[in-house]
Amino acid sequence: MFKTGSLPDAGRQFMTDSAQAIAVSDLHKRFGPLEVLKGVSLTAKKGDVIAIIGGSGSGKSTFLRCINMLELPTAGTVTIHGETIAMKKDGHGGQLPADRRQVQRLRTQLGMVFQSFNLWQHMTILQNVTEVPIHVLGKSKAEAIETAEALLRRVGLYEKRDAYPAFLSGGQQQRAAIARALAIQPLVMLFDEPTSALDPELVGEVLNVIGDLAKEKRTMILVTHEMKFAREVANHIVFLADGLIEEQGPPDAIFGAPKSERLKRFISSIH
Amino acid sequence: MTETTTHAMALSPQDLPKASSFFKPHRIFLMLLFATLVFCIAWFMRWDWLPRYLPRLGSGMLVTLAMLFSTAALGFLFAVPLGLVQVTGPRPLKWAASWFCTIIRGTPLLLQLWLLYYGLGSLFPQFPAIRQSFLWPYLRESWPYGVAALTISFAAYEGEVMRGAFAGVPAGELEAGRAYGMSRWTLFRRIWLPRALHRALPTLNGETVLQLKSTPLVATITVVDLYAVISRVRQETFLTYEPLLLLALIYMGLTGLLVIAFKYFENRIPTRGA
Repeated sequence: MFKTGSLPDAGRQFMTDSAQAIAVSDLHKRFGPLEVLKGVSLTAKKGDVIAIIGGSGSGKSTFLRCINMLELPTAGTVTIHGETIAMKKDGHGGQLPADRRQVQRLRTQLGMVFQSFNLWQHMTILQNVTEVPIHVLGKSKAEAIETAEALLRRVGLYEKRDAYPAFLSGGQQQRAAIARALAIQPLVMLFDEPTSALDPELVGEVLNVIGDLAKEKRTMILVTHEMKFAREVANHIVFLADGLIEEQGPPDAIFGAPKSERLKRFISSIH
Repeated sequence: MTETTTHAMALSPQDLPKASSFFKPHRIFLMLLFATLVFCIAWFMRWDWLPRYLPRLGSGMLVTLAMLFSTAALGFLFAVPLGLVQVTGPRPLKWAASWFCTIIRGTPLLLQLWLLYYGLGSLFPQFPAIRQSFLWPYLRESWPYGVAALTISFAAYEGEVMRGAFAGVPAGELEAGRAYGMSRWTLFRRIWLPRALHRALPTLNGETVLQLKSTPLVATITVVDLYAVISRVRQETFLTYEPLLLLALIYMGLTGLLVIAFKYFENRIPTRGA
């Protein structure tokens, strides 16, 4: 009766694991004596746009990087599309992925966008976007190029497809990086402060692209300093402070009626 | 950074001198000077021996080129793992590679060549197993020792170059590869190695030119390369300057070709300043 992808909101609460894109449970991360994450749990359903906010050093980037194991969590589990990443003890009080292949396979479900773009400088923009589909996902070259060109058109970079990243502005590079992440057709997009490294006048073009993705109900987890933007696009805001979730809820509640003292101070400090 | 800086990196048609600029007085003077020099060299020096030795010079040149390309290619194949383990390898391998590079780079190539040829080369015949092996016909020759010494030397120098190049690839680009599910091998093959190579190309260019000019050392262990042929010319004709001038000219020409070839590969991926 319902078409997939257009389930009404009322139906979502009855759905179980199959609607769950990412579930993080009791995540701890310790760098030597410093405990950056002290037990963070978060669930993202399909179609959720979750914005993680917080002061610098609150652990929000670390949390995002733990989801795809770029940082190895000291304790806690990450479940992607119902599949929990198997971990084993590393003998120094931390843990390691038990099966590297599983991590590699699950990572292809996660489209990461970095603060500093991290485009591959020895490849053209088009090659950057087709690289993973061809060499990791095993797509044919023709198919990958077709998808990549469509994505580049979408982020407004079709004309730049044969340019090398170093010749693009920061905003263009970040849009190309978003196209590269979309090209793997990820279940979830992860944005790690995607506009923090940009000149102020280039922030808008990148936010527009991300906003469009949010509108089409793409599942996203977004670490950001752009509070106005977070309030507009996210349906759930998580406020991290000192490695713990201090407060979370719908944007209007978080920004309109913050409960905790810290969140109140944080919001007044950025306005 | 502007477009002009980026263009300065590549040689384009507008960088070449215009025809009219050849006729400035100081240029005309220098060209005349050079023409006079060439004329004097051709007219007053003795070149009658040249046709007689041309075939031998040709084969000497082939030996020199074979020495250069085989040892540079082989040496580079060893240099990649030597550089890589120094950046990411387990500690014993790291130490081994770094010691190898330090020892080879710290001793003269001529010494290594002689240790291999007069040392190992004279030990081998004492073992019947080696004398009866299929390798013996080669181990009896001198060129394998030249190839070995030059390869080891190139591997050590380029191992250091590749260590720097691997370490210099921005961590974020490797992280991006990992984040999209690349395996270690794919990451190495598609991102790390090509990126490091591109960074190392200008240095490798210089090192290959140096390698070309190390090849005459093999003449000391009886390999008949270009330099050995020229030495023979000097002994037989009692001429000093003419053969050496020709030798210099040939090495300069080869160096020019190498530089142009490397520049072509460097310019395939344009870089911006920095």
